[in-house]
Amino acid sequence: MPIVQGDASAAPVRTPAARLVAACLVVGLLALVPVYASLGAQPSYLTLFSRIMIYGLAALGLNLVLGWGAMVSFGHSLYIGIGAYAVGMLSAHGIDNGFAHLGVGLAAGLAASLLIGLICLRTGGIAFIMITLAFAQMAYFLAVGLKNYGGDDGLPIAGRSTFGPLDLDNNLVLYYLIFAVLIATLYAFHRLVHSRFGMVLRGSKSNPRRMAALGFATLPYQLAAYVVSALVCVLAGMLLANLTSFASPAYMQWSVSGELIAMIVLGGLGSLLGPVVGAAVWLLLEEVLSSARLGLPWGLDDMLHDHWMLLLGAIVVLVTLGLKQGLYGWLLEPRK
Amino acid sequence: MTLLQVKGLVKRFGGLLATDHLDLEVRAGELHAVIGPNGAGKTTLLNQLSGALMPSAGTILLDGDDITFAPVHRRARAGIARSFQITSVFPEFDVLQNVMFAVQAGEGHSFSFWKPAAQDRSLREPAMAALEEVGMASLARQPVAALAHGARRQLEIAMTLAMRPRLLLLDEPMAGMSHQESLEVVALLQRLKGRYGIVLVEHDMDAVFALADRVSVLVYGRPIACGTPREIQEDPAVRAAYLGDQEELA
Amino acid sequence: MSSALFFAQLLNGFQLGVLLFLLSAGLTLVLGIMNCINLTHGSLYMLGAYVAAAVYGQSGSFVLAGLAALLASSAAGLAIERIVLRRLYSRDHLYQVLGTFGLILFINEAVRIVWGSSPLFIGVPDALAGTISLFGLPYPAYRFAIIACGLAVAVGLYLVIHRTRIGMLIRAGASDAEMVSSLGVDIALVNAAVFGAGAALAGLAGLMAAPILSVQPGMGEPILILTLVVIVTGGIGSIRGAFYGALIVGMVDTLGRALLPGLMRELVERSLAQAAGPALASMLIYLLMAAVLAVRPQGLFPVKHA
Repeated sequence: MPIVQGDASAAPVRTPAARLVAACLVVGLLALVPVYASLGAQPSYLTLFSRIMIYGLAALGLNLVLGWGAMVSFGHSLYIGIGAYAVGMLSAHGIDNGFAHLGVGLAAGLAASLLIGLICLRTGGIAFIMITLAFAQMAYFLAVGLKNYGGDDGLPIAGRSTFGPLDLDNNLVLYYLIFAVLIATLYAFHRLVHSRFGMVLRGSKSNPRRMAALGFATLPYQLAAYVVSALVCVLAGMLLANLTSFASPAYMQWSVSGELIAMIVLGGLGSLLGPVVGAAVWLLLEEVLSSARLGLPWGLDDMLHDHWMLLLGAIVVLVTLGLKQGLYGWLLEPRK
Repeated sequence: MTLLQVKGLVKRFGGLLATDHLDLEVRAGELHAVIGPNGAGKTTLLNQLSGALMPSAGTILLDGDDITFAPVHRRARAGIARSFQITSVFPEFDVLQNVMFAVQAGEGHSFSFWKPAAQDRSLREPAMAALEEVGMASLARQPVAALAHGARRQLEIAMTLAMRPRLLLLDEPMAGMSHQESLEVVALLQRLKGRYGIVLVEHDMDAVFALADRVSVLVYGRPIACGTPREIQEDPAVRAAYLGDQEELA
Repeated sequence: MSSALFFAQLLNGFQLGVLLFLLSAGLTLVLGIMNCINLTHGSLYMLGAYVAAAVYGQSGSFVLAGLAALLASSAAGLAIERIVLRRLYSRDHLYQVLGTFGLILFINEAVRIVWGSSPLFIGVPDALAGTISLFGLPYPAYRFAIIACGLAVAVGLYLVIHRTRIGMLIRAGASDAEMVSSLGVDIALVNAAVFGAGAALAGLAGLMAAPILSVQPGMGEPILILTLVVIVTGGIGSIRGAFYGALIVGMVDTLGRALLPGLMRELVERSLAQAAGPALASMLIYLLMAAVLAVRPQGLFPVKHA
């Protein structure tokens, strides 16, 4: 029998029990935010956490290809824009029906992601990253050029999507809709990454040469994953448009794609909840830094409020150079 | 019955002729060893057989089908399984999952999005069978990161078997192994002989002469001799070019 | 459109192309040698523009402003390479993207702290403020100076890259860095030199663009993305690809924006043309990039790898 050597604890194995507990904690906290918001009379918390869940959803979608599939897309903000403008444009023509918004958004997202995916996936490495960025920028300029739909200033949306009896004008209802979509997507992804399809994706990340040598044609699977991740971002965009009653080219800026990546890495690539946790950390940090009263001398407090991006940028660089598995992964690592 | 037929294979890298009008024939069930000094182009040959490299000229027929320019994954589906000079497995997973990948590859498409793959018996059972074949069944749950070098190489062989191939391309499977480990691999290959066509690239001469039905000797990308081990041992051209006059082989 | 206007737009396209070449030349080589994605290149361009604007505003001397800009961007570039980028070379592309993204956020905000959010305006230097006559048609002297300067740099780069030993090492490094390194060449030094030169070129581009574009925080990123389009279309690691790619992108973008809305008014009804014309014009170069990649994923003039 071959001798087994090497440190078996070389790869930290996070116990399933710990992960389940952590997941329940996060989900539970999110479910209870409205309660806390109404108790503490802080209605703005509802909006803040709605935003957190929406960006968490988008980051979750991107993570399918980035974390699980090793495709570094720097252009997923494009699909958030498609979702937002689907709602905005239809609304501008008087169509408020949520199902219509959903249908158009998903159809446009499907067409765009198939086309763009087919072109981008023929390349890899640096080229892939740059091309996805370029396509998102193209969409940004397209939106800016659409003067009839607000152009650079963005498109205000008169009313929120109507889904039958569901009244999204009620912020609480909207919050729980976003929550439901997030939970449903989390569960669907949980099944996905452990299915045969998910294994092909993960194998292609681990050792693409070996995958081909085994007989897997990886392109169809990567394309499918890309499309799925894009559609999740479309959903996030639609919810964002409903939350803000606004569709704007700014949703598609290159910096949004960068922020999504930051959220994913902050939270941890290798887990499903990581991106959601990362989104929370990122947006809460933004919120705290721009309004905290730390009592610092020499007007540093004001400087922090105006220029918190400086600190955030520095944090991103430090996290990149330092933390390898993200905050969520680091927290879950077993203590030796 | 001829399984693999290679005719006039040529590979040029700019001005360098790595494969020089090579002919090779492997019969079903035959273990055909390819030996030669370093730089003779043995791995380049395997790369062209598996599809990692495309030849500059020549033809490669697998059971009559022309696969000369077929991509890697299509050749794998057609029945060619390959082990690499530097072990190529999935380090983030355990041994069983590694082999399950190989089983899954041969089972049509993988557009199944809901059912968990890890518990799928149609993947586990053939994977366990392949592990038993190479004698690694007890290590099924070990993370690959914890395996010794020799065990990893055996895992790779288990993965090639799980593909249910017709032709095995083994690139120095015994490299870096201890004497004991090499003996185990030789025993394994003895068990596999007759069931698959095998192209074995190796430097371990004991193993080659113990296992091979035929041996091709490659020097500067060109086969200078092809025959049974005994014929090769006695061939003066081979002795001069490769084995060296001083070496006495029993 | 009158021929004078068309000619002017043609030259403008050439001028944009020349600016893009200055930015893409250094970046494509570094991408080829180190295989590390670097998004801070746009920030170096921005720094060049800001320092030039600041020094010119204070001193009134464009020459001084130019020297300061080149110095500042080279120094900043080398500092970035030494402190952050060098630690990212061995990492996954994901972390390279994220690290340089964080740097962009940091640098943009730092610029905002020092110079404020409002755009800075500097005028064209007096010596170049007039128009010159090309083939009987008038063209702004300053823009012509940009073209002349850019072409001079292009010729100089060509001579260095293709006629000197260091240039040969750079080309070899962009094709196969591992091989060059195993031959005993200090590839890190070659890369640092290329990086520094690339940073200087980016600063030069910023300096030249400052009088004709608005100098504001975040001005680097749109140009960076254009540069990436150039590099991807031309072929990563290829100077020739950068040159032709830059000219093509510059021409297509400028002429497209000038001609397409008019063309659309001829072809489709007025309101549609007004709505879609400018939008389509801004999409042209990305569609061009997509078309090139669909046929040749490695770009127009790919570097041959081992």
